[in-house]
Amino acid sequence: MTDVRVYRRPVPTWWWVRKRSYFVFVMRELSSIFVAWLVVYLLMFLYAVGRGATAYEDFLDWASTPWVVALNVVALLFLALHVVTWFILTPQAMLVKLGSRPVPAALVIASQYAALLVVSAIVFWLVVR
Amino acid sequence: MTRRRIEPLVWLMFSGGGVMAAVLLPVLAVLFALALPLGWVSPPDHDHLVSLFGNPLTQLVLTGVFVLMLVHSAHRFRYTLYDGLQVKMKRTIAVLCYGAAAVAALATVLVVWSVG
Repeated sequence: MTDVRVYRRPVPTWWWVRKRSYFVFVMRELSSIFVAWLVVYLLMFLYAVGRGATAYEDFLDWASTPWVVALNVVALLFLALHVVTWFILTPQAMLVKLGSRPVPAALVIASQYAALLVVSAIVFWLVVR
Repeated sequence: MTRRRIEPLVWLMFSGGGVMAAVLLPVLAVLFALALPLGWVSPPDHDHLVSLFGNPLTQLVLTGVFVLMLVHSAHRFRYTLYDGLQVKMKRTIAVLCYGAAAVAALATVLVVWSVG
């Protein structure tokens, strides 16, 4: 009995920096860290709100310091990459049908942006009114 | 074997969290991370925020959405490390990623339901 040994060519760690599409792919996947950070940030915000008016104001002061703003700007850029790529992927991942006809990919993408706008408007109205 | 049965559920939560991160997270992030701290819009008073975030419906939605986004993030980061950055410690990565998501999910429940 001999074991079947399969040769696997090792993949170099930095395989994704050589080609633009590979680089965008890894950046897209890394958006996950920033999604997690933004959830944690929102939890810190809610925690401050729960602790009282002074804690809420202190939190806003802290959140306006340059380092926090810089981090959040970077996080938002990665989030934008997530939004754009996610909306493009949806019609590829699932077939949307209206009756028996498939809905064109462009329409699926456009309706997601419409949903983003509607949800944003509702949240904005709830918070700022 | 249990892991195989859990796998489809994790992918489902990954997709759900991805949708939430694409549709709902941008406005929350822009508002609370930039617009309010930098004074682009005048921050709402504390009382208004307490009544908004202390509402059980808001709390229910936020809990669900945050947990989905955390699972989405953990699942995606797990495969980024494994396939993208070629870190081949499969088990350790999975435990660390989902472990972090579980801790954050617990924090979500505690924090979200403490307002009000």
